[in-house]
Amino acid sequence: MNSNDPQGILKFLTRRHGGKKADISDIISYIFLILGTVLMFGPVLWLFLSSFKPLEGIYEFPPTLLPYKSETVQIPGYDQPLPLYDVKMADGSIRRMAQISQVGIGARMIDPNAPDEKPLDINIDQRIPVKSVYFELENYTGAVTNFPFMTYLGNTVFVTVMATLITLLINSMAAFALSKYKFRGRDAIFVLIISTLMVPVSVILIPAFLVLTKVGWTNNLWGLIIPGAATPTGVFLLRQYMLTIPDDLLQSARIDGASEWRIYSQIILPLTGPALAVLAIFSVMWRWNDFLWPLIAVSHSELFTLQVGLNAFQGELNQQWNYILAMTVLTLLPITIVFALLEKYITTGIATTGMK
Amino acid sequence: MAGSNSDNHFKLSTDLLLRPFTWLLGLADYILNPLQRLIGLKRMAYVFILPNLLVFGIFILLPMLLNFYYSFTAGNSILLENRDFVGMENLNRLFTCDNFTQPNSCREDLFWRAAGNTVVFVVGQVVFIVLISLITALALNRRIRGRGFFRAMFFYPVLLSPVVVALIWKWILQYQYGLLNSFLVSLGIDKVPWLLNANLAQFWVIAVSIWAHMGFFMLILLAGLQAIPHELYEASSMDGANAWQSFRNITWPLLMPTTTVVLILALIRAVQVFDQVYVLTGGGPGTATLYMVQYIYRTGFEFRNYGLAAAASLVLAVVLLVLTIGQLALSRNQDAA
Repeated sequence: MNSNDPQGILKFLTRRHGGKKADISDIISYIFLILGTVLMFGPVLWLFLSSFKPLEGIYEFPPTLLPYKSETVQIPGYDQPLPLYDVKMADGSIRRMAQISQVGIGARMIDPNAPDEKPLDINIDQRIPVKSVYFELENYTGAVTNFPFMTYLGNTVFVTVMATLITLLINSMAAFALSKYKFRGRDAIFVLIISTLMVPVSVILIPAFLVLTKVGWTNNLWGLIIPGAATPTGVFLLRQYMLTIPDDLLQSARIDGASEWRIYSQIILPLTGPALAVLAIFSVMWRWNDFLWPLIAVSHSELFTLQVGLNAFQGELNQQWNYILAMTVLTLLPITIVFALLEKYITTGIATTGMK
Repeated sequence: MAGSNSDNHFKLSTDLLLRPFTWLLGLADYILNPLQRLIGLKRMAYVFILPNLLVFGIFILLPMLLNFYYSFTAGNSILLENRDFVGMENLNRLFTCDNFTQPNSCREDLFWRAAGNTVVFVVGQVVFIVLISLITALALNRRIRGRGFFRAMFFYPVLLSPVVVALIWKWILQYQYGLLNSFLVSLGIDKVPWLLNANLAQFWVIAVSIWAHMGFFMLILLAGLQAIPHELYEASSMDGANAWQSFRNITWPLLMPTTTVVLILALIRAVQVFDQVYVLTGGGPGTATLYMVQYIYRTGFEFRNYGLAAAASLVLAVVLLVLTIGQLALSRNQDAA
């Protein structure tokens, strides 16, 4: 295709898989999807760019898209670096000067290239600050060092990893029993578990908290890990998957003298791999993003998870958006990376199981 | 093919990841093998199901039963032994009302405010989220370039935590330095306090919730669309049907089961709205965005009226139960049809 040929470009852009030419409905679809993409991803991008703004950029109106910082210059004879301005001189020319001091609407300016000249007094309307793109990393280092961010991160990672491992273990064990054995009460237990699929924690908030108190797990990370580990969704998903594994496999292993536990851990579990992977991804997402239960179960700030900590921050640091923005980016980053790597598995997993 | 290749990579890496765990699990055999000899093969099923049932029984089933006890007792102690039986008093308090459309005439006006707000939220959110998800799914189901990219972009906010979602939008809607107000000012309009005006706050809470969750429903609808056989469309276009006719006669009826599931799922989710709003507006201004779950949270953990909170939970549970039964009935009807 010749890049000088605008019609060729248009043809290339509008051709379709079927080889037919694009019609008006295709164009509307693209406009809709592109606008939608801007609406869906734009806010996250805006958060990301804002998180690198120095304080002056955060509290600037109207805001700029990219983070900028005013340039300063070090001039011999002055302790502090001086801010740089482009100054409109009386003759209409523009001169780059550093500001020594500002009194009222007048600013005392000096030329950094000729520091020995007599400083000029300029009206502040006649100057604009010199700015350059600058990514303020202090927002991030400050957020991590001035606040117990690392503690929250550690708590969240611990809760997410332990909860996911325990969820996979006990739910796959239960699914194994429910799919590969006939025992008294099996169907009743299965129906009981499935019937609580739609019971959210918000419906049992008060008594669940009492049980947690009685077990002695308030203000204990295990109180965040264990209560949600027996998820009906997980049991259901794994059981359905295990039903497709032929029972003959178990019989022949038994004849070879394998114990039931060995059959579960070395035959069934590896064969359930794909379903376990889906449940693992979901469990990580649930636990990383969980808010209501940690909000209730934990009141000591050294046990906060990222979500609860972030919420506490935004309540306390009312005016310190620079830190809040950086912390928000750090909180969404791990899930974003997981999504970028496993997008296909997550979307097909949701489309086929209908769970979130 | 690139797809199957990456599938293999994925399988390989999960196998490697699982290896240490399968080894660790193997160690448990030293305890469970003797146990099996003791109790016999058949009863091992109970051993396998026990850990799950314990957690399930203690942290889900028991609280469900205890919730009734709380609903019929009063007192500001959460301990069961310190609570007094009051019968229907809590439920009476919730349902004593001269005129149910006027929260001020109710004994527990906050509950009815929350109930009214929740109804408004549910109706607004569900109608638009299903509509927007459907339109997006239809657009993505066409022969377009970059479908995977667009699908990922629309889905991405689903993965963000409610706190993160709320903070992203709080930053955009910020009064003094917010992005949205800077657009307004550049158009020559005054800044608007988006989250401090009751009607605007309600609007934004719904809009943000749609933004955050539409990708999930879009995905389910897209899967439903892709399950419709291509031959049907080819046959109908050979018969001279236009795009609208194929949509009305093929897509719409065949997508109906999926749309119904999505509608009910969206309803069940919307009724439980809490965390995003809690961070975005805190229920305010005033009680403009106070919803049911936050009412329960507030009544229970801020005002320590556990009985009243449990009674409200009971009401919420009944609503969810009705919706779930509705979903089961509808999907059974469709299976039969």
